[in-house]
Amino acid sequence: MAAAGSGGRAAIVASAGQPLIRLRGITKRYGEGAAAFQALKGVDLDIQRGDFVAVMGPSGSGKSTTMNILGCLDVPSGGEFLFRGHHVETLDRDQRALLRRRYLGFVFQGFNLLSRTTALENVELPLLYRGEPAKRRRELAMGALDKVGLKEWWDHTPAELSGGQQQRVAIARAIVTHPDVLLADEPTGNLDSERSVEIMELLTDLNGNSGITVLMVTHEPDMAAFARTVVHFKDGLIERIDHGMRAKAGA
Amino acid sequence: MNAETMPAVDPTLVPPDPPKGVNGVQLVLTTVVLAARQIRRHLMRSFLTILGIIIGVSSVVTMVTLGNGAAQAAREQVSALGANILQIRPGQGFGRGGGGPQPPDFKPEDVEAIGRQIAGVKAVAPQAQSSGIAVYNAANWSTTINGTTRQYFTAQNWFPAQGRIFSGAEEQAGKAVCVIGSTVVANLFRDTDPIGKRFRLRDLSCEVIGVLTTRGQGGFGNDQDDVVLMPIKAVQRRFTGSRDIRNIMVAVDDGVDTAGVQSAIEDLLRERRKLGPNEDNDFNVFDTKQISDTVTGIYSLVTSIVTGVAAISLLVGGIGIMNIMLVSVTERTREIGIRLAIGAVGREVLMQFLVEAVVLSCLGGLIGLVLAAVAVAVIAPFMQVPVLFDPKINLLAFLFSAAMGVIFGFFPAWRAAQLNPIDALRHE
Ligand SMILES: Nc1ncnc2c1ncn2[C@@H]1O[C@H](COP(=O)(O)OP(=O)(O)OP(=O)(O)O)[C@@H](O)[C@H]1O
Ligand SMILES: [Mg+2]
Repeated sequence: MAAAGSGGRAAIVASAGQPLIRLRGITKRYGEGAAAFQALKGVDLDIQRGDFVAVMGPSGSGKSTTMNILGCLDVPSGGEFLFRGHHVETLDRDQRALLRRRYLGFVFQGFNLLSRTTALENVELPLLYRGEPAKRRRELAMGALDKVGLKEWWDHTPAELSGGQQQRVAIARAIVTHPDVLLADEPTGNLDSERSVEIMELLTDLNGNSGITVLMVTHEPDMAAFARTVVHFKDGLIERIDHGMRAKAGA
Repeated sequence: MNAETMPAVDPTLVPPDPPKGVNGVQLVLTTVVLAARQIRRHLMRSFLTILGIIIGVSSVVTMVTLGNGAAQAAREQVSALGANILQIRPGQGFGRGGGGPQPPDFKPEDVEAIGRQIAGVKAVAPQAQSSGIAVYNAANWSTTINGTTRQYFTAQNWFPAQGRIFSGAEEQAGKAVCVIGSTVVANLFRDTDPIGKRFRLRDLSCEVIGVLTTRGQGGFGNDQDDVVLMPIKAVQRRFTGSRDIRNIMVAVDDGVDTAGVQSAIEDLLRERRKLGPNEDNDFNVFDTKQISDTVTGIYSLVTSIVTGVAAISLLVGGIGIMNIMLVSVTERTREIGIRLAIGAVGREVLMQFLVEAVVLSCLGGLIGLVLAAVAVAVIAPFMQVPVLFDPKINLLAFLFSAAMGVIFGFFPAWRAAQLNPIDALRHE
């Protein structure tokens, strides 16, 4: 609450020219005492608005942990996290939920759609929590489904959709609220390479044409090649950041 | 330009507005929509959830309603015997089988002694009963003949609507005069005014001096108005052929403790019947209220046992709900994780589950009440008991079932909503 409460004006002045996301000395410790495990050991990271960031690194290096903190799904044990120049690490549970609702969209490796629920209703879900009226919910959700190329599939339940289609519904759900940031932890982890490329092209399009900042964890260099910035993790620390990538840009 | 002037900033770069509350009305509307969808989507689960409630509520309400009806019927039957009335009969114990010699009947002197020596007695009426065919002109009618004294009318608080009761002289002389019930009038005299008419009762010619008010059906379905009352001496002489009295009816004064009168009568009769200190009573003094209490007590005992069994079924129903909820908890935990990740606050998720649980269990409760009403309507006539709608038990069963559904439906969701969204999503 500290940042938001201290008055918007000073915060805006402070945030001018700042990155969209700034991590400083972020640590994360799981467990207590002897069983405690230091998953993040002090992560510094700036992410600019409109960037397409791929996060890579060996298993257990802290990629998902970082993503969960960036997505306000989890809180760091220490360090500073500024989002649009505001401290987020001090927000409480409900405030973090409202921040996710307003600014963030999520895509998971396992899709995480509601079962027995049509694609349209799945995509409408975040709008429901925003209190949009039914007609507008439908319009926006159909628009988002159209964007991911599944307009005709709106009344199908996840069980009636392929993995690639399910992931595209999940992306539609993530972008229907026009978030600032789309966070995707191994979005192609459960898909074959052809389907993966389709998803990456979709993300590239959303990043380029809708101005959504994309943060993505991947193990595959082929997928990371779609990103503009690649962050390499190792043992709970950032090992290297490659800027100005995108070999496949425009491909 | 002063220090307050802001540099040009990206207009979309507004400060995060989130940390505001959630609109209450909107919250309810949203959650009601979500809960309704969830119930529709999981019809089988919803049905199984409320099945336990339906069975529990309907069985409890049916049992209690029928039990109340049965107890009421029993009370009515017993209270038809009269209030504040003691019945005295020879014999050993209520319902004890007759072995050994038959204890002697009472004598007219016993009746007099009770009236004279016991305080708090309003009236003592001996009864000698018989039955026979009454004939008047071409009509004949089989009826009950009850030989008694003038005190009977006081004891029963039952007087002629027409004519008079027998006089002291008629009673002493055992004259063939009679006071008849309205059923006898209807069947024997039809439209003729019976007062002063003579009819034949077995081989006795009897004059009608009074017609009793109509009392209607007795507690055991007998017609109380199908009776001919005569002086006891006339009945003894002409029909029973002895001075013995099988039954004495004692009416106790209002406000006097019947139990005291009862034991005073017992002491007196023991003395008169010369029973030794170690001998059991060879007669019984029943208090109709006692019988009523005993019968009511038995019924309420049976009712509470059956209700207890039904309440257990309600509890089992609740456990069934919990089971189904726990089975679906993995699925639901993921669902909660998804909702939280998408930006639902814990309150909204809980509210949705609460609304869902309340809607489901109230639905189950209502169906249970309707089923109970149908069951009672069908079963009550077979049991020949009145249907007594008891709002208290209906409300209680309904509230209990609703609480059951809410507790068991809500608790797993509440637990899940405490989780980190990430942990909830990962839940296996
Ligand atoms: N909830 C938790 N409790 C305890 N330890 C955890 C928890 N989550 C993660 N860890 C540990 O933290 C470390 C980093 O985990 P993280 O999930 O961030 O790795 P990752 O880089 O995403 O790996 P992968 O590529 O396999 O997904 C791992 O060693 C993991 O065992
Ligand atoms: Mg991971």
